Amino acid sequence: MQIVFKHIDVPDIDQIDVYLREGGYKALERTVKDMHPEEIIDVVSKSGLRGRGGAGFPTGKKWAFIPKDPSLAKYLCCNADESEPGTFKDRELMLRNPHQLIEGMAICCRAIGAKRAFIYVRGEFTQPIKTLNKALSEAYAKGFLGHGIFESDTDIDIQIHRGAGAYICGEESALLNSLAGVRGEPRFRPPFPAIKGIYDSPTVINNVETLANVPHIINNGPDWFRSVGTEKSPGTKVFCVSGHVNRPGNYELPMGVTARALIFEHAGGVLDGKNLKAFIPGGSSVPMLTEESLDVALDFEALMAAGSMLGSAGFMVLNEDTCIVRATLNMARFYGHESCGKCTPCREGTGWMVDMLESIEDGAGKIGYIDRLVDVANSINGRSFCGLGDASAAPILSSIKHFREEYETHVRERGCPFKGDAGFALREAGGGAGG
Amino acid sequence: MGVIFLKRTGVMLSEQARTKIIESRDSYPDRRSAVMPALYVVQEEDGRLTDEGMGEVAKLLEMPYSDVVGVATFYSMYFERPVGRYVLDVCKTLSCALLGAESLVEHLSRKLGIKVGETTPDGLFTLRTVECLGACGKAPVMMVGDTYYEDLTPEKLDGIIESLRREAQG
Ligand SMILES: Cc1cc2nc3c(=O)[nH]c(=O)nc-3n(C[C@H](O)[C@H](O)[C@H](O)COP(=O)(O)O)c2cc1C
Ligand code: SF4
Ligand code: FES
Repeated sequence: MQIVFKHIDVPDIDQIDVYLREGGYKALERTVKDMHPEEIIDVVSKSGLRGRGGAGFPTGKKWAFIPKDPSLAKYLCCNADESEPGTFKDRELMLRNPHQLIEGMAICCRAIGAKRAFIYVRGEFTQPIKTLNKALSEAYAKGFLGHGIFESDTDIDIQIHRGAGAYICGEESALLNSLAGVRGEPRFRPPFPAIKGIYDSPTVINNVETLANVPHIINNGPDWFRSVGTEKSPGTKVFCVSGHVNRPGNYELPMGVTARALIFEHAGGVLDGKNLKAFIPGGSSVPMLTEESLDVALDFEALMAAGSMLGSAGFMVLNEDTCIVRATLNMARFYGHESCGKCTPCREGTGWMVDMLESIEDGAGKIGYIDRLVDVANSINGRSFCGLGDASAAPILSSIKHFREEYETHVRERGCPFKGDAGFALREAGGGAGG
Repeated sequence: MGVIFLKRTGVMLSEQARTKIIESRDSYPDRRSAVMPALYVVQEEDGRLTDEGMGEVAKLLEMPYSDVVGVATFYSMYFERPVGRYVLDVCKTLSCALLGAESLVEHLSRKLGIKVGETTPDGLFTLRTVECLGACGKAPVMMVGDTYYEDLTPEKLDGIIESLRREAQG
C-alpha cells in the first residue's frame, strides 16, 4: 500500500483541480467543519504516526504538548531542509504532490490552533519552492488557506522560508534560529519548542513526510493506518535508495520491510551483480551494517536492536569494491564541514577525525590512529551540544567495528589497498539508472 | 580580469530591490526573519553580498550590521566574493562519490582549466564542490543556479558546458 506516494503517477497532481478530483482537501474540510481540535490530535495519536525526520517521535504526542491557551500565538514549522546525506524523499514529495503537504500542514495548524505556519526549505531546492509557491496561491484562491477557511472562523497562513546551505539548520532548534534571523546554531533545551519555539511561542516542528501522511490518516482512520507496518512503527516509509544498486530511487514500503527485500527485490540488487559490502540504512548519521543484518526489519525498533537507526531512511549501498576508509573519510569530511563550531568536542573532534582518516587512506597512518579514532568519536558521542556531534561519530565507530582489519591493512601496506577508482568509479554510460 | 559582477562602490540598492526587502520584512511576524530573503535580494542584484547591500539590509530591518554579516557568513549559498556567471556546484557527498563524482570534478577542472573554488578568466564559470544536494537517487548530481543536472557522465557535462556557453553568448 502506498500512502504519501499514492498519487505519484497521477498526471498533474500538483494542480489543485486534479488534487481535488482525487479527493484532496476533503480531510482539511472535515477537520475544519466537523472535528474538534482535540479529536484531530486523538486520531493522529491513535494512528501511531511517528516523525519521519529522523527521531521517530510520536506525532500526536508532539501536537498534544502545545498549550491550549487561546491567547497564545502558536506556530507550525515544516522541516523541508532535507540535507541528511542519502536522503531525497521530501524533494520528490514537494515536487510531485505539493497540495498533500499543504493540506497536512493546514490540518496540523487546525489541531494545534496555529494561525501561521512556515515551510523551511533548503536553499538549493528552488524548484520545489516554485512548485510550492504555485500550489499555495491555488489553495489561497480556493479559500482553503487565508482568512476564514471553508467559511469558518479558522485562519491559516503558510509561508515559505528559504534556507541558504547549512546542514545544521535541519536540526530543529537551529532551524528556529535560522528562521528567526540569527545564525543557524542549535539552541539549548529546555525550553522545548512546544513551549518556546519560534518568536518565543509554542511551535510544532514536523518533517515533510510526517505531515504528508496526515490527510490520509484523517480520511481513512487510525486502524487503516495501523494495518500496514509494525505494531510500534505503523504505516509506510519512503526509503531513499542510493549508491551501488541497479535501480536507485524512492520506494514507499511498509515499515518493517527487510533490507534484503529493499535492495534485491525493489532496488534491483547490487550494481553490476557485485557482492554487498555494507549498507547505511538511515542517512550517513547512523551506523553502517553488513550482510549479516540483511534480514533486519527496517523500522525504528528493529534497526535500533541491530545497532543502527532508521533515521531519515536514506539507504546507501556500498559494494565489495568500496574502500571503507575512503567512504568513512567522505562522511567525516561532511560532518567536519557542517559542524557549526558552537561546542568544542564536535568542532575540534570532527577535524581530528578527518586528519587521521586522511593519513590512514594516504599511507601516513600509524596503527595507534585506529584506537585514537574510536577515542575521539566516543568523546564526541553524547558529549556534544546537538545531534550532529553524535552523528559524526556513527560512521567512524561502525566502520571500525565491522572493518577494523581493513583499517589495519591500510596502515600496514602504507596506503589504500584498493586499486584505482574501484568503488568510486563512474558507472558505464547509460547503465542501470532508474527512477 | 573580466569578472561579470563588478564590485559596486557606494551604490544603493535599486528601488525594486528595496521594495522586495520591505515586502518580505512586513510578511513575517518579526522583521529580523527577513534577513535571509533580504540577503538573497542583494545577491540577486549585485551578484554577491556587497558591503553596501548588507548595510542597507541592516538599515531596512533595523538590526546591527554585524548581525547581518554574522548571518551571511554562516551559509554556503551567499557569496562574499565575486563569482562567475554560472556557479557549478558538483555534489561530492557519499552517494555521488560512490558513482564517480570525483572523476567528474577532475573532468570539469581539466576542461575549464581551473581548480575547485576558482573562476574562469572569462568570468563564465566558477567550480565548486558541495555537500549532498538531496537528489542522490540520480547521482552523480550537479546544481547550476536553479537547475539540477542528474545521472551525470563526462559526456553530459561537456554538453551542459557547451549549452551554457551558447546561452551566455546569445
Ligand atoms: C544534525 C541534524 C540534522 C537534521 N536534519 C533534518 C532534516 O534535514 N529534515 C528533518 O525533517 N529533520 C531533520 N532533523 C531532525 C529534526 O531535528 C526534528 O527532529 C524533525 O524535523 C522533527 O520532525 P518529525 O517529528 O516529523 O520527524 C535533523 C536533526 C539533526 C540532529
Ligand atoms: S554538536 Fe557540532 S553542530 Fe552541534 S552545536 Fe556542537 S558544534 Fe554545533
Ligand atoms: S550525495 Fe550527491 S545528491 Fe546526495
